[in-house]
Amino acid sequence: MSDAPVIEAKNLSLTFQTNDGPVHALKDVNLEINKGDFVSFIGPSGCGKTTFLRVIADLEHPTAGEITVNGMSAQEARRARAYGYVFQHAGLYPWRTIGGNIRLPLEIMGVNKAEQDEAVREVLDLVHLDGFEKKYPWQLSGGMQQRASIARALAFHADILLMDEPFGALDEIVRDHLNEQLLDLWARTNKTIGFVTHSIPEAVYLSTKIVVMSPRPGRITDVIDSPLPKERPLDIRDSKEFIEIAHRVRDGLRAGHEDD
Amino acid sequence: MSALWYRVGPVITVVIAIFVLWYAGAVALNSAWAYDKAKRAGVELSTSELIADTLSQDKPKLPAPHQVGREIWKTTGGMVASGRAFSKRSLIYHSWITLSSTLLGFVMGTALGIGLAVGIVYNRTMDMSVMPWVIASQTIPILAIAPMIIVVLNAIGISGLLPKAVISMYLSFFPVVVGMVKGLRSPGRMQLDQMKTWNASGGQEFRKLRLPSSMPYLFTSLKVAMAASLVGAIVGELPTGAVAGLGARLLAGSYYGQTIQIWSALITAAALAASLVGLIGFVQKAVLKRMGMA
Repeated sequence: MSDAPVIEAKNLSLTFQTNDGPVHALKDVNLEINKGDFVSFIGPSGCGKTTFLRVIADLEHPTAGEITVNGMSAQEARRARAYGYVFQHAGLYPWRTIGGNIRLPLEIMGVNKAEQDEAVREVLDLVHLDGFEKKYPWQLSGGMQQRASIARALAFHADILLMDEPFGALDEIVRDHLNEQLLDLWARTNKTIGFVTHSIPEAVYLSTKIVVMSPRPGRITDVIDSPLPKERPLDIRDSKEFIEIAHRVRDGLRAGHEDD
Repeated sequence: MSALWYRVGPVITVVIAIFVLWYAGAVALNSAWAYDKAKRAGVELSTSELIADTLSQDKPKLPAPHQVGREIWKTTGGMVASGRAFSKRSLIYHSWITLSSTLLGFVMGTALGIGLAVGIVYNRTMDMSVMPWVIASQTIPILAIAPMIIVVLNAIGISGLLPKAVISMYLSFFPVVVGMVKGLRSPGRMQLDQMKTWNASGGQEFRKLRLPSSMPYLFTSLKVAMAASLVGAIVGELPTGAVAGLGARLLAGSYYGQTIQIWSALITAAALAASLVGLIGFVQKAVLKRMGMA
């Protein structure tokens, strides 16, 4: 049982009906994600990477094929609160403090006050925002707000963390810093992470598995198991292995465009 | 000095302009009667005599500001000074009558408005059907429907404050429905998806996301609703036979051609509306600031 994939997609397809005819957001997607994997989804706009993440989260429903999350259907997994989801924008409630925002999912789930306090302390420490519990979102920088939103997704101890371009709106320097922190967080918590990104260096730096996707129809063109070690200082990005993987990702992205 | 003038200068300029126009209007409109009197008495009026007369008539077409001011003082501060603040001749008494039904109608209208908005946002049938009726309700002239509301409610034994409050409610629920539907729908797709990832119930989504998000819309609606509610209360006082309230003062004034009394009631009503709306604005500022939304 412990060897069973945490997330498994079999022949997954999703077609949106639009006024301009059907759009094949996903077509025959097969993928297995194992416990503790850090999986990045990379590809141009319209390749279905966000849609795939939303299917895992039960926010979109596949029109064909199967998806299981923790051995359950996506809907059962969502109801069991199997994952935390981080959106591109932090989406913190301005009327709640940082602590109050992190408490929000816990209140919804009926967690008692003492456990809420404990969880808030724990996740604020994980994202290095200790001491910011009483601050309001507007008092924090964009990068800090996104860290608070990651803390909120971690607060209820789901094993899976789904992140949809969480650092897309941040500048390069902040992004590097947060990537480092995310790796550290992943190493400490041993979560399974699904991470959507536009950035090749980001995908290669973070992932144990890189899923390269291409559009029309949205499909997987390459799955790369990274040979990089789990410990990754920022300067690993100058190493030969890193550059080779990045090259392969770029090739995969280009291959997906050949039929244009 | 210049910073202060920057703030109050425009206000003072407008107030002065209004007074100038008002006095000029009073002179122009009341001069016909002044000439008429002079002609019958067989005297010639100099310009200063003409102006003095137009600003001091008993039943002027347009009373001058100082006449209205004197009347308002006589029926408020003067009454208080003589210990008869709540006598039937006191504007404080009449304002209180109007204020009480305004506030009751405002509370009822706000409750009805929020209730309908919640229904429209959460119930598909109501979403498809209620709004046209809400809009239709506001196309009926309130002056036409007010007497019928009074009569119908009287027939089933309800009289006094409540029928007037119902008319206030009829006017004030409308902006609240429109504002709250927009407000409750203001959370974006992402925020609603986020609630779904936490498997939040409909009630939780409402309490923790939709309701707080709607606050800026609610307060804006409440300001409009309060003003509408006061209009409703005044209109509601007209068909009840001018017993009490600012509406009654307006009606009684027009029966007897007491223009000064009409204008003092009008000005009092305007001041009342301004302070009520100002009060909501004050609460709005405090609440939204506290919520980080201002």
